[in-house]
Amino acid sequence: MNDELYQENILDHNKNPRNAGRIEGASRQAKELNPSCGDAIELFLKLDGCDRVQDVKFDGHGCAISQASVSMLTERLKGRPLAEVMAIDEKDILGLLGIDVGPMRMKCAMLSLRTLKSALACKK
Amino acid sequence: MKKLPADILKDFPSLHAMGMRAYLDSAASSLTPTPVLEAMDGYYKECRSNVHRGMYKTAGEATARYEAARGVVAGFLNASSPEEVVFTSGTTASLNLLAASLGRELKPGDEVVLTEMEHHADVVPWQEAAKRHGFTLKFIPLTEGFTLDMDAARALIGPKTRIVSVAHASNALGTVNPVKELASLAHAVGAKLIVDAAQSVPHMKVDVRTLDCDFLAFSAHKMLGPTGVGVLWGRKGLLEAMEPTQYGGDMIREVRPEASTWNDAPWKFEAGTPNVAGVIGLGAAVGYLQAIGMERIEAHDRALAAYAIGKLSEIPGLEIVGPKAGERIGAISFTVEGAHPHDLATLLDREGVAVRGGHHCAMPLMARLGLSGTTRASFYLYNDESDADALIDAILKAKTVLKL
Repeated sequence: MNDELYQENILDHNKNPRNAGRIEGASRQAKELNPSCGDAIELFLKLDGCDRVQDVKFDGHGCAISQASVSMLTERLKGRPLAEVMAIDEKDILGLLGIDVGPMRMKCAMLSLRTLKSALACKK
Repeated sequence: MKKLPADILKDFPSLHAMGMRAYLDSAASSLTPTPVLEAMDGYYKECRSNVHRGMYKTAGEATARYEAARGVVAGFLNASSPEEVVFTSGTTASLNLLAASLGRELKPGDEVVLTEMEHHADVVPWQEAAKRHGFTLKFIPLTEGFTLDMDAARALIGPKTRIVSVAHASNALGTVNPVKELASLAHAVGAKLIVDAAQSVPHMKVDVRTLDCDFLAFSAHKMLGPTGVGVLWGRKGLLEAMEPTQYGGDMIREVRPEASTWNDAPWKFEAGTPNVAGVIGLGAAVGYLQAIGMERIEAHDRALAAYAIGKLSEIPGLEIVGPKAGERIGAISFTVEGAHPHDLATLLDREGVAVRGGHHCAMPLMARLGLSGTTRASFYLYNDESDADALIDAILKAKTVLKL
């Protein structure tokens, strides 16, 4: 079986997600759904006084690709300045995943980014 | 007599062209055999004209082929006349037409009874009509065995009930519902029964007089026909009394600047140039199914479902979401512990097995079952046991990849 999509690190992030949970009183938060498969991600960012990501957590459920994507993204966000977080794009997400996602699973991979963008757009 | 599926495989060029080991997604959309493609091609090549309006020979021929399909569909359903058959763009359009038109007759205090297993197409149009007209929606719950709780149905269907609208067969569970019994419950309180037959008409003999329903909706593309065409069947008197919801050419009798009157049913529901080739294709698809025989197709479907369910049940961590036996169609939903339906569908695709993963347009049902989704394999007359074996094989391989 051609399993380049389901590499060890993807399966690991899916089974042992990093930064799983919620943050009460988050500086930014948003929930996004993938209507075709019912996947959902809720993302919480806590910024410090210098607009750096002090803490980040996510809650939700979904396929291995969407879950690994958001788990990896949270690792990347920690400690980063807001300006850098705002510049994160599709290429960065694909870089984090390090796999050939392909058009059929692009929506799954990008649910994390979509949630991040929503969170950044709405102050809490 | 043709052997299923051996003698018909040559009629389905896309089975080979798509390069799959097993096409197991017919509940989403079926494949289309060559005779249906040729019937549609024939319209475009031989009598490409509009219907009901042209004053030349090919227009007459196009109209004759279009209206002949109406007769074929009426016969297929055992309708009392072709005038009970409205052509729409599909089940969704048929159900929207009913909710929009019948909804206008309802008022606050009235109730429309649906079920927890309805497809979104039989939920959302009613929600929208309810917002506008103030009536209330009720949902017949499920039993632990994935069937309708008929005791609850008897309690829910009462003097306030105006309409009961139910799936004949669930696309997400495979359950076949007791429509005839629901018809008598509805009629006992003066309510109308609508049947969403998108998943039943392709797979079993559906006789509207035996079911004793008032309206029935289905799509061509799930029964070997083309996409973008479907049927709303209704009792003649009810269709005659019903108001259209779309207005334009061909559906009118007389148009004056200030007001207009309508054509007779069913044409008053077919505003604008219809999907002529699609309707002709639907007629050909019905003819193809009839030549094989719906009883044989149903038996084939049931035998395959029983075989597949037996094999699937042996896989550790796999749960069938739906009745394991009894009244069911060959759309089999399941979950595999630790494997998200989308990941499973991707991994099965890599083994050449096409299935659907997700909520199957039944989010209220998935919420009720506490699932985000299922994986669904669905069988049709061109499938056989080797397809079920390919499915099992691919699931076992997927479990290895996912380290389950």
